[in-house]
Amino acid sequence: MANKLDQLINVQRQALGVRAQRQQILAANIANADTPHYKARDIDFQSVLADSLAGKNQSSGVDLSRTNARHLAGTGTPSPFPVLYRRDTQSSVDGNTVDMDTERAAFADNSLHYEAAVTFLTGQFRTMQTAVQSNNG
Amino acid sequence: MSMLSVFNIAGSALTAQSMRLNTVASNLANADSLVSADGQPYKAKQVVFEATPMGTTQASMGVKVQQVVDSAAPHRLVYDPRSPAANADGYVTMPNVDVVEEMTNMISASRSYQTNTEVMNTAKTLLLRTLTLGQ
Repeated sequence: MANKLDQLINVQRQALGVRAQRQQILAANIANADTPHYKARDIDFQSVLADSLAGKNQSSGVDLSRTNARHLAGTGTPSPFPVLYRRDTQSSVDGNTVDMDTERAAFADNSLHYEAAVTFLTGQFRTMQTAVQSNNG
Repeated sequence: MSMLSVFNIAGSALTAQSMRLNTVASNLANADSLVSADGQPYKAKQVVFEATPMGTTQASMGVKVQQVVDSAAPHRLVYDPRSPAANADGYVTMPNVDVVEEMTNMISASRSYQTNTEVMNTAKTLLLRTLTLGQ
């Protein structure tokens, strides 16, 4: 970590990243509610966040393209986190395992947590701003 | 930005569901069409959905319409000897459109469409909240 500000916001920043990824997966489940043979997927938020904090998966990492053999190898290679399959509650004839109620509840829950992370980050920025502002005016 | 690909995913579902709605509309409109382009009675059309990779995660799948197939259901035979289209036994071959099934399909498609617009709305709200981060 580069500095104190990075340290301060690191947890919420990583959480926001994982929340955004989960939002994408849940949106895919909802979009595929009528697709035959589609299996609903989700991530284990807690373990993915723990891995992210340990620096194991960089959710926003980028691959560096090397145009010359003497270029240094990039260290930001993202290792994809495990995306698990949801256990189906009611089996359907077409093999689709999306349960709309579960997905909608998870989506709403995830949105709320995303907003909470944004609010926390804003609060931390405010705290830092107050700390660096002079108070003699 | 993974939140932006939520728009792509939900958007692909909107396109697919509206295509399904289109198919339902043409099936219902042609429920009594005795002659279609090939000279035969109209055949009901059905869309086939397929998950297609979209976005940054390997699990984020959008939807696309893989193909539009003709329904394999048998044609309805209606006894109407006075019709010019009747065969030697007095039966008229009608389209194989099942109106009840089409109505069910329509409601299902419109519900899915609504849900996906809600998903887009939520993603939009979250993105706007992210843009005002720190203010």
